[in-house]
Amino acid sequence: MNKIEAIIKPFKLDEVKAALAEVGIEGMTVSEVKGFGRQKGQTEIYRGSEYTVDFVPKIKLEVVVSDDEVDRVLKVIQETAKTGKIGDGKIFVWPISRAMRIRTAETDEAAV
Amino acid sequence: MKVRVKLLKWLCVVAVVGVLAIGLARTTRADDAPKPDPSGTATGNRTTVVDAGGTALVVSEPAKLSDDDAKDPAKKKAYDDALKAYADFKAQADKEPLAMQLADAVGHNRVAINFTWTLVTGFLVMFMQAGFAMVETGLTRAKNTAHTFAMNFMIYPMGMLGFYLCGFAFMFGGMGAIGTMGGFAGLNHEITVHMFGHDWGLLGWKGFLLMGKEPGGVYDTAVFTLFLFQMVFMDTTATIPTGALAERWKFSSFMLYGCAIGTIMYPVFGNWVWGGGWLSQLGANFGLGHGHVDFAGSSVVHMQGGVIALIASWMVGARYGKFNKDGSTNFIPPHNIPMAMAGTFILAFGWFGFNPGSSLAATDLRIGVVATNTMLASATGALAATLWMWWVRTKKPDPSMMCNGMLAGLVAITCPCAFVSAGGASILGAVSGILVVESVFFFDKIGIDDPVGAISVHGVNGAWGCLSLGLFADGTYGDGWNGVPGKVTGLFYGGGMNQFWAELIGCTACFVTLAVLTFIVFKVVGVIVGGHRPTLEVEIGGLDIPEMGCYGYSGMVMDKEVETPHPKGYSNPAMSVPGPTKTPVSTH
Repeated sequence: MNKIEAIIKPFKLDEVKAALAEVGIEGMTVSEVKGFGRQKGQTEIYRGSEYTVDFVPKIKLEVVVSDDEVDRVLKVIQETAKTGKIGDGKIFVWPISRAMRIRTAETDEAAV
Repeated sequence: MKVRVKLLKWLCVVAVVGVLAIGLARTTRADDAPKPDPSGTATGNRTTVVDAGGTALVVSEPAKLSDDDAKDPAKKKAYDDALKAYADFKAQADKEPLAMQLADAVGHNRVAINFTWTLVTGFLVMFMQAGFAMVETGLTRAKNTAHTFAMNFMIYPMGMLGFYLCGFAFMFGGMGAIGTMGGFAGLNHEITVHMFGHDWGLLGWKGFLLMGKEPGGVYDTAVFTLFLFQMVFMDTTATIPTGALAERWKFSSFMLYGCAIGTIMYPVFGNWVWGGGWLSQLGANFGLGHGHVDFAGSSVVHMQGGVIALIASWMVGARYGKFNKDGSTNFIPPHNIPMAMAGTFILAFGWFGFNPGSSLAATDLRIGVVATNTMLASATGALAATLWMWWVRTKKPDPSMMCNGMLAGLVAITCPCAFVSAGGASILGAVSGILVVESVFFFDKIGIDDPVGAISVHGVNGAWGCLSLGLFADGTYGDGWNGVPGKVTGLFYGGGMNQFWAELIGCTACFVTLAVLTFIVFKVVGVIVGGHRPTLEVEIGGLDIPEMGCYGYSGMVMDKEVETPHPKGYSNPAMSVPGPTKTPVSTH
């Protein structure tokens, strides 16, 4: 099993969710995060105090899939979340050693 | 040290009790003393019927001539004419009893109109407390909202009770007859010194705890109405420093300040301008125009608040992280711009009570001009501040400066609102909009931390408002103001510099007096509560839980790192703030 963790632009969430549903991914966890990559922040000024806006709001999308689905899911997310402009985000893949469904106590592949 | 604090606390208690005891004991009991009217049934009768020009319906018997005066032919003739006029009126009145009864009813209704006006505008000004609370809370951080709002909330009862105890007595104890509301003359004791051939009124001494229904007392419905109206003005002053000192003021220190503001800090200068004291008599005594004129309180209310805010902010010190070692400032974000702007609208609305209400009479139809001037100055103030920020300073129109600009215009017009034209109001409002922006940058540069711009809005523009009266007063209103015949006229309308000098003297007296009073009060309070600031740990983590015991926004995740800049240039950033910083900074 692997966890796919995707940092994407917030307005892309609905599109990615719909695209994943089409390839059979019915569950995921989403959180609101802030981040930046190689793009620089811009300098603003408030009543005489300068500051830089470095962090940009992003959505972190996490979904755990079985090994054979990883490539397909990566492709779907990358194609749907892409805009071609900087700040599109990144995807990471984590190995998952165990998993359990709380309601039924099913483990591993059956729980995913 | 503990003994010293205890002694100081007891000294304060003794002082308050002593003042009250003396004040209450001095209630005169002479039968010819003015008789208060607690029920309101005796207030307003044929004697209060006047026409639009102020001529009374009732002709009263002239005062008896002394033997010396009777020898002067001019005075004797004047007395004879007045006596004949009185005799003619009395003969006519006796023939028309119904007309006289109607005159009583009309007089009562005239006074009733003025009571209604004063009370309802007073209620509008009370609502400004909510506006101040919202502006200050919106422009400061989320982790301190319960504390910031609580200060603005509690200042209302604290200031009011201090004013009720003795502040009103100090400020208005010697003001004389309440002309527009029935003419009750029980506020008749002013402490005066005689110097350089003139009387200098310093402090009132009548009306403690609004007590006394026997002759010589002040349990009179007109006094109560005046008290309500003046109290909400006092509370406006009282709430201004809470903005300048937000986010690093211990609640205990604030509460003691609340005890001092209504009792002694506000009434002293207030008596000098509105209570018949020496500043109002600069015209009658020294020929300086109409004396220090302040229609609704640019100096009495706003500049007083601004000066207290300035001195207190200087004494308490800046927020942690605001200033770097080289003097540059760090960004501390306002957490709720909609709250701040809605609060500004509430203040602008309440100002329609503040300025027009200061006529204390709906029968004085200048109120239409007053209200419109108020409105115009608020608009040009907001616009000027916005454009100044956009085109000159930061190249973006800044919402917080829109608020400060509108409020600066309102503060500036507060003094001259009854005496200027629409053009004058608009121009001085625009000047105040630019002034407030430059003032905010100035105070940042000299190291005074003012989170909401209170010093710039109220202190600086309060002074500008008074000085602008000396320039823009156009001679269309104010005949007999402060006992000086003729209408109030400023430099640009041929009045010369005298009015301006009177305003300047008043503003200077305001600054000096309030600076001294604030310094003393904050020194004493600092000793009693052991410093004005919370520990650094509390200040960084947010004042809500440690000081108030509850969150302003329970359940919300707050990004305290973004909200709390760390000052640059210090080897130990904790040493950048004065006060108790012995607790090391912990991470939250």
